[in-house]
This record gives sequence, C-alpha cells and structure tokens, in this order.
Amino acid sequence: MTDITAAPLPPGRTPSIHTDAAAKSRLKSRYGAEMRFRWLGAGAIGLAALFLLLLLSTIVTQGLPAFRINSITLPVNLSAVPADPAARAGFDYAGVVNDALGAKFPDVTGRQERRLLRGIVSTGSGVILRQQIENDASLAGKTVDVQVPLDDFADLYFKGLLAESAAPQQLPGVTVSAASGDVGVTFSDDAIARLARSVGAIEAEGGVLRLTSGAASLLLDVGGGTVKLTEVGPGNMAKGTVYEALDASVSTASPAVLRTITTPEASRKITDREIVWLDRLKADGAITSGWNTIFFTSGASREAELAGVWGAVVGSFLTLIVTIAVAFPIGVAAAIYLEEFAPKNRLTSLIEVNINNLAAVPSIVFGLLGLAVFLNFFGMPRSAPVVGGLVLALMTLPIIIIAGRASLRAVPPSIREAALGIGASKVQMVFHHVLPLAMPGIMTGTILGMAHALGETAPLLMIGMVAFIVDIPGGFTEPATILPVQIFMWADFPEPAFQQKTSAAIMVLLGFLILMNAIAVILRKRFERRW
Amino acid sequence: MVFYILLLLAAVGIAGYLAGRGKAFQVVGGEVRKLHSLPSQHGTYVALFATLPALFALVIWGLGSPGIETSIIKSRFASELAGQGVPQVEAFIRDAKAIAFGGLVGFTDATKEAAAAAYRSLHTTSLTIISAVCALLAFGGFLYSYRNVSERFRARHVVERVVRVFLIACSIVAVLTTIGIVLSLIFESLLFFSEIPFFKFLFGLHWSPQSAFTGAGTAAGEVNEDIFGAVPLFVGTLLITFIAMLVAAPVGLMSAIYLSDYASKSVRAVAKPVLEILAGIPTVVYGFFAALTVAPFFRDLGQALGLGVASESALAAGVVMGIMIIPFVSSLSDDVINAVPQSLRDGSAGLGATKSETIRKVVLPAALPGIVSAMLLAVSRAIGETMIVVMAAGLAANLTVNPLEAVTTITVQIATLLVGDQEFDSAKTRAAFALGLVLFCATLALNVIALRVVKKYREQYD
Repeated sequence: MTDITAAPLPPGRTPSIHTDAAAKSRLKSRYGAEMRFRWLGAGAIGLAALFLLLLLSTIVTQGLPAFRINSITLPVNLSAVPADPAARAGFDYAGVVNDALGAKFPDVTGRQERRLLRGIVSTGSGVILRQQIENDASLAGKTVDVQVPLDDFADLYFKGLLAESAAPQQLPGVTVSAASGDVGVTFSDDAIARLARSVGAIEAEGGVLRLTSGAASLLLDVGGGTVKLTEVGPGNMAKGTVYEALDASVSTASPAVLRTITTPEASRKITDREIVWLDRLKADGAITSGWNTIFFTSGASREAELAGVWGAVVGSFLTLIVTIAVAFPIGVAAAIYLEEFAPKNRLTSLIEVNINNLAAVPSIVFGLLGLAVFLNFFGMPRSAPVVGGLVLALMTLPIIIIAGRASLRAVPPSIREAALGIGASKVQMVFHHVLPLAMPGIMTGTILGMAHALGETAPLLMIGMVAFIVDIPGGFTEPATILPVQIFMWADFPEPAFQQKTSAAIMVLLGFLILMNAIAVILRKRFERRW
Repeated sequence: MVFYILLLLAAVGIAGYLAGRGKAFQVVGGEVRKLHSLPSQHGTYVALFATLPALFALVIWGLGSPGIETSIIKSRFASELAGQGVPQVEAFIRDAKAIAFGGLVGFTDATKEAAAAAYRSLHTTSLTIISAVCALLAFGGFLYSYRNVSERFRARHVVERVVRVFLIACSIVAVLTTIGIVLSLIFESLLFFSEIPFFKFLFGLHWSPQSAFTGAGTAAGEVNEDIFGAVPLFVGTLLITFIAMLVAAPVGLMSAIYLSDYASKSVRAVAKPVLEILAGIPTVVYGFFAALTVAPFFRDLGQALGLGVASESALAAGVVMGIMIIPFVSSLSDDVINAVPQSLRDGSAGLGATKSETIRKVVLPAALPGIVSAMLLAVSRAIGETMIVVMAAGLAANLTVNPLEAVTTITVQIATLLVGDQEFDSAKTRAAFALGLVLFCATLALNVIALRVVKKYREQYD
C-alpha cells in the first residue's frame, strides 16, 4: 500500500476517486455532518444549562425580595394598657396600633377610609405589640415607638412589585380651587390632556377625558397635599379629588409635581389612597426596610407578612432525624450482610432483586404504604414527623444499601485476609477492619440519600403532612409540616406575596441541599481512600 | 412508663456487660488467654441475654396491647354500642382514648367517661403485667447467662450468631417493605374491585370519583360504577410522559454523547455539575417552576399564535418533567456509551470514519440495548413522578391527546383523592389504591423489561 501511494502520478492521469471533485464535496459534507453533530451535542448541554439557569434565576429573582420586609414605626400610646398583666387579657392591642396610625392621618374620617388605612398595617401587629409588652412590662403606660410589619400588599408596593410608576414631572403654574373634597385644578397649558390621553383616559363629551380605574392614576402633589385627577379637560382645566388635604387652596399659580402610576388601579391590589398614605409615611421616615426575621423565626400563617419557614424547617429536621435513625443502621446492616456474609442462594438473590426494584418504585407508592400500614393499620398519628420519617426511611433504605455495598466492595480483599490471618473471626474482621474503612463512603451515600429525602414531597402528602400548622412542632408525634410540603402549599396561595415566600422557601431548601451535598463532597475528598 | 422500662433495660444491659466481663476475668484469675472468648464478648453475651427477651416482650406488647384493650372495651360496652355503625363506634373509642390518655376530644358524655375510666384501669393493669414480665425476663436472662460464663464457654459464637441474625433481619426489611406495599395495595384494591367491576375501572372512559355517590350523605351507599373509568388517566399519563421523553431523550442522549466523546476536560468540569444540580433539585421546585413560569409562558405563546392553550396544559407539565429527566437519561446513557470498548471506536476510526460516523454507526448500535433500557427506566420515572403534575397539570379527566389541553394523570388523582380529611373506607379513597396498584405494576414491569432488554440483547465485546 505504501508503494502505491509513494509512487508519483503518471502525467496526464486524472486524480483517483479519493481526490476528485466529487470526493472533495463528499468529504466536505461529511465534515459538515461532523460539525453539525458536534454542535447538536454542545447544544444539548447548552439547553440543559439554560434550563437550569432559567429555573434558578426565576427562583432567585422571585425569592430575594421576600428576605426583606418593610416595617412601620408608630408612636403608640400605651397609657391605656393595664399595668397588671392579669388584667391585660382581652386588651385590644391592635386597636392602639390603629389609633397611632390614625393619628398620623387626622383628616381620614370616613368609615371605609379608616378601614382601608388600618389595612396597611399587618393584622398581626396587635400580637407583636402584646409580645413586646410581655417582654418589657415597663412599656405599659408610656408612649413608645413601636415597629410593626406592614401588610403584605403595602410591603410589595414598596418593593416595587405591585404598581409601576413613571418618573415624576415638575409642572409650573398649577392652581387648585379648594383644600379638600372635590376640587378644580388648572394647569399652565394643555399638556396634561395629551398625557391623560396617552395613559388610557376615556373620551367623554365636551372635550373631557375621564380617568377611570382602568387608566393610569395621575397624582398631583401641590400645596402640601395630594390631588388625584379624575377628569382632564377641556383645555388646561381638570377636576380631581383631594386624597391628602392641602394647606389651603392654591389660587396663585404654583409649582407642582405630577406622579403617574402607570399600572391602572383596577389591575393592582393597592388603591391610590393607600399609595398616597404610604408615600406620605415614607416621606416622614416612618417606613424602614430591614432583614425579614419573621420569615426565619415563625411558622405558617395565612397572612403573607407573618408567614415563616421555621416551623417547616423544624418539621423537616425532626423527620430527617427519624429517617436517619431508622434507615442508617438498617441500611448499613443490610449492606454488610449482603456483601460480607450472604451465601449465594435464592433468598439473597431475592433480596438483591428486591432492593433494586424498591429503588425504582415511585415515591407516591411509599406514601400509600405509609397511609395503609402506619396510619390505618398501626394507628399512628397523622401529620407526625415520626410517620413521615419512617416512610422516608423505607424510601431511602435502598439508596443507603446500594451505596453501602459499593463502598464495602471497594475495600480490598487483602484487608480481610490479613484480619482473618491473625485470627479475627468474620464478625470481628467486618466490624473492626472493613467497616471503618468503608465508613466514609457509606456516610457519603447516606448524606446523599438524606438530601434526596429532604426534597421529597409526594409520599408525605399521603400521610397528612399537608395540614395547616401554625405552631412550631415540639416533638416527633406532634403535627408538623416539612419544607417541601410548605413550598407546595404556599405555591397554591393566591396572594402575590406568597409567590415570593414560596421562592424564598425554595431558596432555603436549596441552601440546605447544597450544604448536605457539600458535606458529602468534603467527606469523599477528605476520607475516601483509593486502593 | 414504657420509656422508664427502656431506660431500666439499658441500665440492666450495662450492668450485665460489666458483670459478665468481670466474671470472665475472675474465673481465669486475670489470665485472659485461657478464656475461649474475650471478656468483652462474655460481657456482651450477658448484656444481650438480659435485655433482648425483655425487649421482645415489650415490642410484642406494644404492638398487641392497644388492639386487645380496645376489643375488651368494645365487649364491655357492647350494650351501649349496640346498633351503632362502624364510624360511630370508632369515634367513641377514639374519644374514650383521648379522655383517658389526653388528646383532642370530640365531645364527651357519661358513657365515654365510663369507657375512659375502664381504659385507664385496663392500661394500668397491662402496664403492670408487662413491667413484671420484663423484670422477670431480664432477671432470668441475666442469671442464666451469668451462670454460663466460664473458661471454656463459647460466648463469641453466641454473640456473633445474634449479630448475624440482626444483619439478616435488617436485610429482610427491604423484602418486608415490598411485601407491605404489595399487600396494602392489593388489599385495598380488592375491596375497591368488589364494588367496581375490574373491567369498568380498566376500560371505562369516564372518571369523576369526586361525584362518586348517586345521592348525598352517608346513607347513600349506592356507588355509581360508571365514573371510575381510568382510561382518561392512563391516556393523560402517557401523553405527559411522551412529551417529557420528547424533551429528555434527545437532549439527554446528545449530552451524554457530547460529554463522553467530544467535551474537553474544562467543558466536562462545568457540564457534569450542571446535570448533577438538575438531578438534585427537588421535584416540588420543578412543579413550582412549571406552574409559575412555564405554563403561563406557553399560554401567552399560544395566545400570540392564536391557539387556545389551557393554563394547565399537558405541554407545560410534560416539558418541565422532561427537563427533570434529562440528567437521569444522560447519566444512564453515559454509563452505557462508556461501556462500549475503545477497540470498536479505534477500528472505526482506522477505517476512516469521522467521529460522528463512529458514534452513529458503531457506538450507538453497540450501546442500543443499554440505551433502550435507559429510556424505559426514564419512562418509568416519568410515569411515577408526582409533584410536577400535581402542581402543573389539571384535575379534570379529559380524554384527549391534544397537548395544549389540560389532562390529569394517575399520580395526580392518587394525590387529590387522598389529600385532605376523609374516611378511608369509601370507593373514592380505595380508587386511589387501585390506581397505585396500576402504577406499581407499570413501573415494575418497565424495570423488569429494561433489565431483560439489557440481558438479552447486550453484546459481549471483551
């Protein structure tokens, strides 16, 4: 063959089938196919990475706002609080908070408006105040600054997640006919009409543009108060309602600031009035944004601003303790037996097939097992971490057994032979020599199994861990919920604030998973020996 | 009380260990080499004999006594309970127990108070008996084993036999789990099929068990057989699984090929963790992602294209489930592709084939049984997946193969039928167990077939 290729081509002969034009194009198309195939592979990896990125970025951008919370600081008059703790039962703590808030807005008098105003503070503010007074009895009788969380909608407004607003415009030469009630407003030119038209105002007769709740809201800050424009036109005229009383009517043309809330009032969960109030409170410095400790310290709640993950974290922790206490010893013992002692017979091969099949059984079937056997047959309590832990233990058992067998198998036979050679019995050989060497691998497998169990949801739905439980669980038999189930329940709540809570809870869950996996990786790196 | 018994038993165990060890030392006058077994083994022997029988008795008592107590109470109050239905009797027992031992009491009356008092005295008696039995067994076991400790006594053999029995028992747990699953599924399913004909369940086209009873109230025992037709669920499950495999199979397989044959070390260092993270994310997170991001995206996309896409479309659930399965397919295929010997690749390259030609014409055909088995396992995983479909797929059982419409799956129905407060003896809840049985059989069959495919068609190259 070398002879043929080495020989020069005789002059005048056409190139062979390997070098002619057809061959070249064939080769080109083959290389093209090669490139395409390669890019297809890279694309598949890229797609998987893209999905992951999309998933994580969605969760993180959604969840981050929930880690902060806006609170309001109010000077609360506690003179009415009885000094005697026994006499405090039934005291209306929420009432004094509401009074303090009402004192900030003396001109809010209507029944409906008062209720609306109360709504910007969390309904749990009374409970928070009571706890503060219980912790520090000297507060009773004084007027103190009390910090309470805002309602979830108000909180979301400050986070910019509820309503979008355009940049405020400076307007010269605005007059207002009265200081409160329905007022007439004049502008220096008719630019306001163009603006109103552009934000969705409805044309009415006589050149009037009506700003309904389906259009953007135009709020005019003038003369120390705020006017909401309801009608614009004709020309530079407008009508509005005073939402926050002016110092006096503005008869001489004065400068004003026009704010545009571009999200129409009808399609957001917060009214213009509340926005005006909240902005006033913010300007007064009463609103502070801080780290959301409630989220990390409290249990579930129907109120988004009071809901936390701590109850679920404790529930998960208790459940996992049961899981590891049951699954680890049994799993390791089974792995030792199957790997070191089991004779090759039908029973052991049955057990082996069984374990492999068990690893592939859908997790919800384990939930059915827990329901039928633990709850209905043994009569164990519903929603309890002990039952959840047992179900998860049965589920992770195959994982631990398989990992345990792999790491026992990795211990070289020379160790066993040496131990037997110096007179150890088989049990001594296993427990004194082989098991300690295999332990890092077993631990790694166990931690990974536990991480798997921590994220499992479906079987726990079956045994009633979806119950709405406010209290932090205190024991293995008390009703509890766990982190993934909490996520599942919050995901179903309609309030937008719970969407953020859900994402934040997912971040907490992923944090725990990352921690467990990191421990597993460190264990593997530090202690696992390669023979 | 039981806790104190356990504590006492632990103390007895420690005492037994020390005593046994001490006696072993003493019988040979400190010359340990004269003993057949080590002193610590003698100690363990005594400890085991002193505690294990009592522990067994305690476990048996714990399992058996509540049932016996309840049946005694039932027979004692038979006249009061005569003529009441099963749920009422159960409620009575529950309340009596709650009054006696603390707990949530529904409502109380004189009979229940009397039953509670009877319960309390019964329980005290049985506790006394078991305490006495435990003490007797512990003492007897201790004496018997302590007397046995001698120079020639083979304590090690006894201890090791006990250890071995413990190991065997632990490996049996896995078998017991399977038996428990099968028995509980079959038992409840049989009850279900005694009400609903098997073929109406398996081949019926209409599924709406929430309206299971023709009439309202507990007295309405008439079960409508025609609303337990599970075919819409099977179709829905298969539809979502099909969509999932449409995403997962090509992406997973191609990424496995790329990682094993093309990727440079640095690419692999990034891509492997990406796939591992995808595999480690809990399914509830995928479900949230599907419901919150993917489903609205498809709905809006459908609106823009003029298609009516349901907000709980099978497409969204299927695609997200596909994403979840990608790492599963990829890691299984990776193993299979890597198992194809290098000599085959070298031979193909030597014949002048490009890398992709080698993969397509040599490696993939050689790895085909393994890949098919991987895909079957992935399908089994997709069929059994619950959270994604519970959160993103619909509840209404539509018999359709249109991926843009909402369908429901077996797992969704199991979850919705069993979540929440209800009694567990209606056709509705038993239907969930029947569905569970179908699910269990389907996944088991897929796994068995996957194994058979590999065994039967794999070529042995080395």
